[in-house]
Amino acid sequence: MTTRYFGAPVRRNEDKRLLTGQALFIDDIELPGMLYAAFLRSQVAHARIRHIDVSRALQREGVVAVYTAADLGAYWQAGPLLVPAPPIPGLVFNARTQVPLAKDKVRHAGEPLAVVIAESRYIAEDALEDILVELEALSVIVDLEAALKTAAAPVHDDLGSNVASHARQIKGDYRSAVAKAALVLKRRFHYEHGISSPIETRGVVAQWDARGRQMTIWDTTQAPVFVRNGLAAILGLGERQVRVIAPFVGGGFGPKIMMFYPEEVTLPWIAMRLNRPIKWIEDRFEHFFATTHERGQIHDAEIALDDEGRILGVKDVFLHDTGAYNPYGLTVPLNSQCTLLGPYVIPAYDSTFTAVFTNLPIVTPYRGAGRQHGVFVIERLLDLAAHELKIDPIEIRRRNLIPPDAFPYKNEIIYQDFQPLEYDSGNYAPVLDKALAAIGYDAFVGHEQPRLRAEGRCVGIGVACYVEGTGIGPYEGAKVQVQTNGKVSVATGVGTQGQGHFTSFAQIVADELGVDVRDIDIVTGDTDQFYWGAGTFASRGAVVAGNAVSAASQAVRRKALKLAAEAFECSEADLVVADGKVSITGIPEKFIRLGELAQRANPMRGAVIPGTEPGLESTQYFGPAKGATANGVHAAIIEVDPETFELKILKYVVVHDCGTVINPLILEGQIHGGVAQGIGNAFFEKLTFDEQGQLQNASLADYLLPTALDVPRMELDHTVTPSPLNPLGTKGAGEAGAIPVGAVFAEAIEDALGLKDKKIELNEIPLSPSRLFELIGGGRT
Amino acid sequence: MPPDHHEISVTVNGTAYRGRVEARMLLSDFLRHDLRLAGTHVGCEHGVCGACTVLLDGVPVRSCLMLAVQADGHEFMTIEGLAPDAERLHPVQQAMHNHHGLQCGYCTPGILMTMTAFLKENPSPSEDEVREALSGNLCRCTGYQNIVGAVLDAALTMRTSS
Repeated sequence: MTTRYFGAPVRRNEDKRLLTGQALFIDDIELPGMLYAAFLRSQVAHARIRHIDVSRALQREGVVAVYTAADLGAYWQAGPLLVPAPPIPGLVFNARTQVPLAKDKVRHAGEPLAVVIAESRYIAEDALEDILVELEALSVIVDLEAALKTAAAPVHDDLGSNVASHARQIKGDYRSAVAKAALVLKRRFHYEHGISSPIETRGVVAQWDARGRQMTIWDTTQAPVFVRNGLAAILGLGERQVRVIAPFVGGGFGPKIMMFYPEEVTLPWIAMRLNRPIKWIEDRFEHFFATTHERGQIHDAEIALDDEGRILGVKDVFLHDTGAYNPYGLTVPLNSQCTLLGPYVIPAYDSTFTAVFTNLPIVTPYRGAGRQHGVFVIERLLDLAAHELKIDPIEIRRRNLIPPDAFPYKNEIIYQDFQPLEYDSGNYAPVLDKALAAIGYDAFVGHEQPRLRAEGRCVGIGVACYVEGTGIGPYEGAKVQVQTNGKVSVATGVGTQGQGHFTSFAQIVADELGVDVRDIDIVTGDTDQFYWGAGTFASRGAVVAGNAVSAASQAVRRKALKLAAEAFECSEADLVVADGKVSITGIPEKFIRLGELAQRANPMRGAVIPGTEPGLESTQYFGPAKGATANGVHAAIIEVDPETFELKILKYVVVHDCGTVINPLILEGQIHGGVAQGIGNAFFEKLTFDEQGQLQNASLADYLLPTALDVPRMELDHTVTPSPLNPLGTKGAGEAGAIPVGAVFAEAIEDALGLKDKKIELNEIPLSPSRLFELIGGGRT
Repeated sequence: MPPDHHEISVTVNGTAYRGRVEARMLLSDFLRHDLRLAGTHVGCEHGVCGACTVLLDGVPVRSCLMLAVQADGHEFMTIEGLAPDAERLHPVQQAMHNHHGLQCGYCTPGILMTMTAFLKENPSPSEDEVREALSGNLCRCTGYQNIVGAVLDAALTMRTSS
């Protein structure tokens, strides 16, 4: 019998190419006659465009063309709304999507004004200096609360205000919850999230084949099928004429799913006009403006509890910075609104948000996608309430956890997949217990901490619980095909940015078809290989595409059994599929290799029987009715230097439940990476804008990413509560590591410095040493 | 030849190359686009991320912070030259595979070049020393834990085999 791959820590099929420098990334594409694009970007955040003079740039040797918005003619149009308005009663939603090149007005620093096409990237960048731009500066909106004042200049003139959207969602009756409450606690929370900063920036290569009438676009996108469909429509081409390839992509984390970025929409159009291939590769400075961010929210939240610490209700009113445009709809604030409910029984919830236009770069989901903000608010409220009620912070959480017999648990309000929020399955208390055991909670609080305190050391503990909505629809598909050489190819529409799809999908197929996992070739992100799909986002690849791969490989297995049964003139029940062949049970020498069956399935003579299809292949789709809800607990012991506020993470524990696990090695990697990003977010990553909308830290020397010295060794464990929503029982795991880290940090630092007794609360993120110094007042505490 | 162009000769992974480059051309661009050794990746072009690290006469350098003309007469090793042959991997490459030390793989070539040089200098490092040596290379996917594990494991393999 072949080894079972599903669930095993299989090492990755894709590694060798990546380890030897042979994998194709976008900037590795070299085509004959290639031209290079550079974008002129606005240096100011808000202005009317008076005039753009490109004549000097055109005279520079090596410059082929320069385009502004005026040159695009009818092609100039605002981008698509990626996520429409959700069905929330009374919703206000003003969609204003980004444009290919700014016309009339610029709305954030870095918005592109013109594009230069030249024989080299060096020349294209030189020519940007030749372009003269005359702008009339307008007052700049940076602050969320100031943006909503009546006197504020609107980012979009026609709107008359800076309200991008306004949504109120209600569950139960919060007012009656307050009437019954022993404690109502109200606080203001600020939560900043940063820029995803994949080590590979974005890039686009467009090639138009004028004779073949074919457009090929290589794009660092997380959603190649959407990009193909959208570009075909606006270029006036059929979808079959456009091929979008997402090659190996050097990290995505959300922003690479946004579309259309101006570069994606302009390069193909220019390639058709010039009939030469064009490459654009974003530089790191550009990345800070030209790729989307996730940023801040301000929450005014209150919690009502009984005297035993049971939550009666939560009320939250928050502002969300959506930047200058909102092409991604309400996904981020909706995630914040829904994820705040966490793993807790919250009978009454009254949550209202206002998404605000500002003169800052666009906000779209970045790993966690607003979930962090919500988790921070509820976890902080519980910590502060526990202190007020003199209940242990773990105990208050335990008392409020949704019990295991309450699933599916209905939270009623509308989630980002537009379905009423419902947790499919879960068993939360064992996850908390495992985390407490792993961090050594009782021993730490009972002996360790007092001992360390006696030595003058400031060491504290933080624990946070969270849920993660994952694996949302609409659907993904997969085509599994046995080739005549016996190897299996699998094509899906999702792109890959390091998630291990070449291995985890192969594991699913390998078990079903009895083939070595290394003999399965996965193709992702090429619209000519697989036509349909949505993309890699929202922790959905393993859930949605994984189940499609599973269904397709089961169908191929059935075909193989049928063909072999015909060949052997026996019953399918007498056959075994293993080691790349189908054999008769008990007579292993009587076998047919899968490759031979693939040949038989494509006969040279005779007729294909009606109702059958040639080839040993199948294409299947999977669309979950709703998202699967994963959950987890993070715990950390953190030491704070009371003079410098430098933090040292002494121990970090993650216990997590994402249903059935396909590959524990890959899962572990996803959690590690998520926690590292969470640490950056909690500790020091902040996009710092001045009042003119200028980013003050637009380099990796100023915007610090966590290094190997900042990220501690993590201890991981998990429980398995399968999802009933898909046959494999999987839930997503991509964002789990990143979500609760801010809440853990705030609590651990408060505990380390004994701040609760000093009436100092840490109700914001990030908590950099300098910010801690400001908040705590400096000096030895 | 235009005045700001220069002839240079370099040896990369044992192969001698001659090139004519503009004075301002970055070494990273020369390696990637002129010599078509695209395994060296560029992440920030300002010397922070370490993705473009190559070995110059055995010493790790950031190829985005050097001009191609400065490379004249020097010997380089890039990621394409690290494995002993097409079948086998270098012990650090093999350990990265075994430990799941890479996800998107974009920072990986720079990390491999940095760590290879580091292990030559310090064949039996502690975990803290590995983390210190690794801290000039940014990885956004892995959280470093499995890279650190891989480097410690590779050090052990290299010590026992030598």
